[in-house]
Amino acid sequence: MSVESLKCKECGETYELGASYACERCFGPLEVAYDFSGLDAAEVKRRIQAGSQGIWRYVDFLPFTGQPRDPLEPGLTPLVKADRLAERLGLDAELWIKNDAANPTHSFKDRVVAVAVAKARELGFETVACASTGNLANAVAAHAAAAGLESYVLVPANLEEQKLLATGIYGTNLVGVRGNYDAVNRLCTELAETRPWAFVNVNLRPYYAEGSKTLAYETAEQLGWELPDRVVCPIASGSLFTKVARGFEEWTDLGLISGDQPVFNGAQAVGCSPVATAFAEGADVCKPQKPETIAKSLAIGDPADGPYALEQARRSGGAIDSVDDDEIRAGIRLLAETTGIFTETAGGVTVGVLAKLAERGAIADGERVVVYITGEGLKTLDAARDSFHMHEIDPDLESFESEFESQEVAA
Amino acid sequence: MFVTVKIPTQLRAATGGDAEVEVSGSTVGEVLDAVFDAHGDLRERITQDGDLRRFVNVYVSGEDIRFQQGLDTAISEGDEVTILPAVAGG
Repeated sequence: MSVESLKCKECGETYELGASYACERCFGPLEVAYDFSGLDAAEVKRRIQAGSQGIWRYVDFLPFTGQPRDPLEPGLTPLVKADRLAERLGLDAELWIKNDAANPTHSFKDRVVAVAVAKARELGFETVACASTGNLANAVAAHAAAAGLESYVLVPANLEEQKLLATGIYGTNLVGVRGNYDAVNRLCTELAETRPWAFVNVNLRPYYAEGSKTLAYETAEQLGWELPDRVVCPIASGSLFTKVARGFEEWTDLGLISGDQPVFNGAQAVGCSPVATAFAEGADVCKPQKPETIAKSLAIGDPADGPYALEQARRSGGAIDSVDDDEIRAGIRLLAETTGIFTETAGGVTVGVLAKLAERGAIADGERVVVYITGEGLKTLDAARDSFHMHEIDPDLESFESEFESQEVAA
Repeated sequence: MFVTVKIPTQLRAATGGDAEVEVSGSTVGEVLDAVFDAHGDLRERITQDGDLRRFVNVYVSGEDIRFQQGLDTAISEGDEVTILPAVAGG
C-alpha cells in the first residue's frame, strides 16, 4: 500500500495518519500523501480489472493500509454517451454524462463517505457525524447504519423535505440547525474539538476528499483507459473539482493513461457563486457569500477549497461559470428530455453551464467532454414542479380524443 | 473591553494548552494583537504580512468578520472571538 502521511498543502509539514485536518504551523489544509513509486502500472491495471464492482477496485490509490470494510460500496456508475444532448446544444463533440446519481444514496457523496466511514472504523471511532447540505446527510446516515455506527447529521433546518426524509429514515440523530450551511459547518468545527466523533468533512476531511478521485479513475477506465479533453463539474466547496483533477494526474504520472490533462470547467449557481465570482475578478481567494439559490446542495458561501479550485480552472485553461435559478430548472429539463436522466438542482447547474459553454463556442468540434451529474432529481422535486402540463381527462375515448384532437390519430 | 478569545486545538501548543485567552481591545485587530503579545508564536501561525492567512476564519459572536469590517470589526462587551480553521466542510 502506498499511503504515507498527512501533509499540509500550504507549507508541506507532515503529520501522522490520524484524525486531523488543519496544519498546526500555518492552518493550511492537510492532504493524504502517497508514494506510488512501488507500483507497477501493468500490475495495478490487472488488479483493478479483477477488483470489486465499486470504488474499492481503486484501493491502491486510497488512504488505507489494509482492505477497507464497507457493506454499502458505491461506484462504477454509468458513463452514458449523450448524443441527443450534444445535438440539442449544437455541439459536434463526443459528450458523456457520468451519472453519479446511480450510487447507494443517489449522489457522489457515497464515494467520499464510504472512504471516511471505513477510515473512521480503522481509527476506532464509534460515532460519525457531518455538516451537510443534504446529499452528505443521506450518505452519512446510510453508511453509518450499514456499518453499525452511531451518527449525528447536522443540516440547515430549511433543507428540501426529500433530503430530510431520506436522512432520518436511517435512524440517525438528525439535527436541523437554524442557520445556513456555513453556520452549520462552523458549529461542527467547534463540536469536533470536544466530541470524540469522526466528522467526515471536518477532522476526517483529508480522507473523505480522497473518495472523489474515484470519479476520475472510473471515467478514465470507462473511456477505455483514456483521458477526456474536458470535464464540466459542479463546485460547492471545490473539493470534488480539485480531486477529480488529482485522480487524472495520479494515473497519468503512473503511466496508466497518457496525454494532456483535461480542461476543467466549474459550475456554480449565481445565488451562491463565491468561486465563479473570484474567477471572473481574477482573485485568488474567494469572498464569502450568503447563499440564495434553489441549488441547496451547492450552497456553500465559504468554500474551503475555493482557492485550489480557482488554481485548477486557470492552470487547465478552463473557467468557472454560474447560472441562475431559471437556467438551473432549464438544465434539469434539458438533461431529462435528451438523456432520460433526472438530476437534482446541482445537476441543473452543471448542465446549465454546459449549455453556456456551448453557446459561447468554448467546446471545439470533436472534443471529448465528460459532464459530472452528482445527484438525483427525486431529491429536489420542487425544481420540477410546474415545468410541464399534465393532461387530465375522464376515462372514456371521447374525452381523450377531444384533449388530443389537434393530433393525428393513426388509422 | 475584555473579551474571551477561543483558541482551536491546532493552535494550543502556542498557548501552553489554553483553550481560551482573556484579552482586551476594541476591534478584532486589537484583540488579536493582544493575543499575540501574550503568545508570540501565534502571530506567525495565523497571520502573514499583517493579514490573516487564507485558511483562518475569525468570528465575533458567531458572525464571520469578512461579512463585517474584517480586522476593523468593532468588539462589544460580552462578545466572544473564535478562531477556526477554514478548511472544513463540503
